[in-house]
Amino acid sequence: MSNLISLLFGVLFAVGLSISGMVNPDKVIGFLDIFGNWDYSLAFVMGGAVGVNLVLFPLILKKKPILSELFHLPTKSDLESNLIVGSAIFGVGWGVAGVCPGPGIVNLGRFDYESIAFVASMLGGMFIYSIYKRKLS
Amino acid sequence: MSGTIVSPLLGGVLIGISSALMMLFLGRITGISGILVTSFSSLVDRNEDWRRSFILGLFLGGVLLRQFFPSFFDFEISTPMINIIIAGLLVGFGTRLGSGCTSGHGVCGLPRLSKRSFVATLTFMFSGIVTVLIARII
Repeated sequence: MSNLISLLFGVLFAVGLSISGMVNPDKVIGFLDIFGNWDYSLAFVMGGAVGVNLVLFPLILKKKPILSELFHLPTKSDLESNLIVGSAIFGVGWGVAGVCPGPGIVNLGRFDYESIAFVASMLGGMFIYSIYKRKLS
Repeated sequence: MSGTIVSPLLGGVLIGISSALMMLFLGRITGISGILVTSFSSLVDRNEDWRRSFILGLFLGGVLLRQFFPSFFDFEISTPMINIIIAGLLVGFGTRLGSGCTSGHGVCGLPRLSKRSFVATLTFMFSGIVTVLIARII
């Protein structure tokens, strides 16, 4: 049951990303180009999504989830350097390609080399991180 | 030049509703980088199947939308292949080190008033803006 539901919500998320324009790398780069030919329209994607959750999350979190015994929420609260360095590295990649992980996966539906290469190298980057983490511990 | 804000706002609302429903039904944060990596690293754990289903849904959504609403994907990807590969590596590594991406920290973390997500979102927005600025200059 949770698998089917999750699949449907994944499709819905893809619909949102596609309608919003977040799947278009040039549009995303235009959004980040605030000192140039700034296209601010994508700010409304984050604005719309955050606005919905600002209202709905507090209501949802009052009871327990429908298909789960409890909410699985992050417990970390410290601002360690990894959070900032990692986010900064992610931002550089986002700025270079104009693609973040969600739109990367949705764009696989284009079946072009660029979209496949992005997701493959993103998985590669995640794999490199897991090796790096293992080396540290 | 700025296009209409209706499509971005509508898309954003749908993204919000999707992540709210994930929270309502599964009690989960919709953080795509984390969902993606765990869906690959937990192949034996049947309980983790919801993650692969969500990723499959994203992919299927892309395939179906491309088929029925090709105008959403009516754009060229002009970035050189080598840049795409470097960017992918940075996005993969960075989102793991930083515990999330635009969806987990932005769409879900900001409304939870998470201090970490607030800092993460400001950081990747800032470094993305600086990167585009530098790319413009060179």
